Amino acid sequence: MTTYDAAKVVAAREIRVRLRDKTFIFSTVFFLLFAIAVTVLPVVFGDSSDKVAVADQAIAARLQQQPDLEVRVVADDAAAEQLVRDGEVEAAVVAGPEVIALQDRPGEVVNALSTQPPVRLLDPDAVDPFLAYIVPFALAFVFFFTSFLFGLQIAQSVTEEKQTRIVEILVASVPTRALLAGKVAALTLLAFAQVALIAIVTLIGARLAGLDSGVLTLLQPTIGWFVAFFLVGFVMLAALWAGVGALASRPEDLNGVSQPVQMAVMLPFFAVIFLGENESAMRILSYIPFSAPIAMPTRIFNGDTAGWEPFLTLVIMAVTGAGLLAAGARVYEGSLLRTNGKTSWATAWRSRTTG
Amino acid sequence: MLNVDSVSRSFGDRTVLRDVSFPVGSGKLTGFVGANGAGKTTTMRIILGVLAADSGEVTLDGKPLTREIRQRFGYMPEERGLYPKMTVQDQVVYLGRLHGLSSAAAEERTAKLLERLGLGERAGEKLEKLSLGNQQRAQVAAALVHEPEVLVLDEPFSGLDPIAVETMVDVLRDRASAGVPVLFSSHQLELVERLCDDLVIIADGEIGAAGDRGALRAQHALPRYQLVVDTDAGWLRDQPGVTLLDLEGPRAVFDLDPGFDDQKVLHAALERGPVRSFGPVVPSLTEIFREVVR
Repeated sequence: MTTYDAAKVVAAREIRVRLRDKTFIFSTVFFLLFAIAVTVLPVVFGDSSDKVAVADQAIAARLQQQPDLEVRVVADDAAAEQLVRDGEVEAAVVAGPEVIALQDRPGEVVNALSTQPPVRLLDPDAVDPFLAYIVPFALAFVFFFTSFLFGLQIAQSVTEEKQTRIVEILVASVPTRALLAGKVAALTLLAFAQVALIAIVTLIGARLAGLDSGVLTLLQPTIGWFVAFFLVGFVMLAALWAGVGALASRPEDLNGVSQPVQMAVMLPFFAVIFLGENESAMRILSYIPFSAPIAMPTRIFNGDTAGWEPFLTLVIMAVTGAGLLAAGARVYEGSLLRTNGKTSWATAWRSRTTG
Repeated sequence: MLNVDSVSRSFGDRTVLRDVSFPVGSGKLTGFVGANGAGKTTTMRIILGVLAADSGEVTLDGKPLTREIRQRFGYMPEERGLYPKMTVQDQVVYLGRLHGLSSAAAEERTAKLLERLGLGERAGEKLEKLSLGNQQRAQVAAALVHEPEVLVLDEPFSGLDPIAVETMVDVLRDRASAGVPVLFSSHQLELVERLCDDLVIIADGEIGAAGDRGALRAQHALPRYQLVVDTDAGWLRDQPGVTLLDLEGPRAVFDLDPGFDDQKVLHAALERGPVRSFGPVVPSLTEIFREVVR
C-alpha cells in the first residue's frame, strides 16, 4: 500500500467521525443561518421604514397618507438633499418635482406621487453602507471561525491519538506522512465544503432577497475569491495545527501549546475588523498571507483592487503555505511518539524519532 | 526467520541497546524477558520501525525490513490504545485497512476474529463501553486482523484475567503453528517458561542469553542433583565433593564440586540400599534469569 492509499484510508475515517460529530453539524447549521440572516435582513429592514424628506407642504401631505413612509418636512431642498447624503433618509422629493436618492431607486416614494417624477441618484456606484459594513465583517467572521474550528479539530484529533496511545500502532502500520496528510486532507475538505455551502447559500439568498444587480456583480467575485483564499489559507496552517496537536500529549495541554497558531488566526481577524476603514492598512493586510484571505476579498468587494492583485497574493500564500506545511510536518514527526508530557517546539524540531 | 543483528541505540548520551542480536524462529514462540528499562520495548519498537536503530539491522528471511514488509507485521504495544469513541468493529476494520487489506477483506476478517475472541456480540459497541477484559480482546483483534506474518507483542499478558490469558495463549500458539515468528515480552516468568520455545534474556541493553529453552536450561544447569533413597540420606554430608543444600529424610539436594563424578555418588547410594531417583536438577527460568541478570 502506498502512502497515498494509506492517507486516503486515514482521511476517510476522519471524515466519517466528523460527520457524526455534533460540533460539525452544529457549526454548519449556525453558519447557514448566519448567511441567510446577512443577506435577507438588510432587505427586510431597508424596506420596512422608508424615510423621505420633503420641503413642499402639499407633497408632504400626500406622502403622509402612505402608511409605509415616514415623512420629514424640512426647510428647503438643500436641507432635504443633505439628509439623503447623510443617510438620514432614503429619499427626498425636491422642486420639479424630482425624486433624489443615494444609489437605489426609491420605488415606494415614486409610486406614491401621481406624477411619477424623474429619479436622480446622487451616487449610483456607492455600496450600501450596511453592506459595506457587514460584508468585511462576515468574511472575517466566517474565515476566523471556520479556520479556527477545523484547525483545532486537526490538533484535537492528533492529541486524541497520542493520549489513547493508538498512535504507536498507527505509526507501526503506515508512514507518519500518511497520517498527517490524511488528517489535513479530511479536515480541509470538510472546512472547504462548509465554506462553499455558505457561499452558495449567500449568493442564492442575495438573489432571492432581491439585492440589486450592482451589488451582486460585486458580491460574486468577492465570494468566489474568498472561497479560493480560504482553501489556501486553511491548508497553509493545517500542518501547524497538526504539529501543535502532537506537541501536547493530553487535551488539557493543547490550549497552551497551540497559542502561536491560534494567534495566527485571531490577530488577522481583529486587524481587519479594526482597520477595515483604513485603505492603506487594508492594502498591506491583503498581502500578508495570514490576513489576506479576509483583507483581499474585502478590497475586491470595495472595488479597489487591480486584476492581478489577488493572483499575486495567492502566490505569496502558496509559497508561505509550502514552508509552513514542511515546518508543521517536521514538528509533527518530531513529537508524535513523545508521550510523556508536553514537547517543546525546539525538541520536536531537532528530533526525528521515526525511522 | 526474523533476525535482530547487532542493533544499538542511544537516547542522547544514554545507551539503551548495545549490540543486540538474536533470532526469532519461524513457527516459534520466543519469550523476551528482562527487568524494567532493560531495553525490551526499545528493541520491539526498532523491529517495528517505530524507532530507528543507530546501527545494526533487522532482517526477515535475510532481507532487510522495508515499509512494505513491516506492514504485514502485527504489533501490540505495551501502552494499549484504541479509539474510545469508535465501535470495536469499525476500528479493527480501520486498522486492517491501514495494513493494506481491502475493505471487504478487512470486514470479513474482523467479523471472524471478533467471533473467535468472543466479542461477536459487542462488535457494534463503542470501545469505551466495554469491560477492561473485552477491551484487551479488542486490542488483540487489532494486532491480528491482517493475519500478520510476524507478531511482536509487548507485555501481552499484563492486566489480563486468567480466562483472557488462556485466550491469548491459544492465539499465540495458533499464530506460531501457522509458521509465524512470534516475539513477546513478559514479566510473568512462569508463563514464559510454560509457553515459549525459545528465550531471549536482556539485561542493561545487552543480550544475556538467547536460544532454545531446553538448551539454555542445560547450559545454565549447575552441577546440582537430587537423590531419593528409602532411608535417611544424611550420609551424603561425608561424601567427598558434595555440598548438601537440602535434606528431608530420604530426599536430598546437593551440589557437586568440579572434578567429582556424579556416578560415584550414585554408586555410593546404591551400596547403602535402593535408589528411587537420581538426576540433575534443571534450573527454572527464574533461576536462569537471576543468574544472567546478576
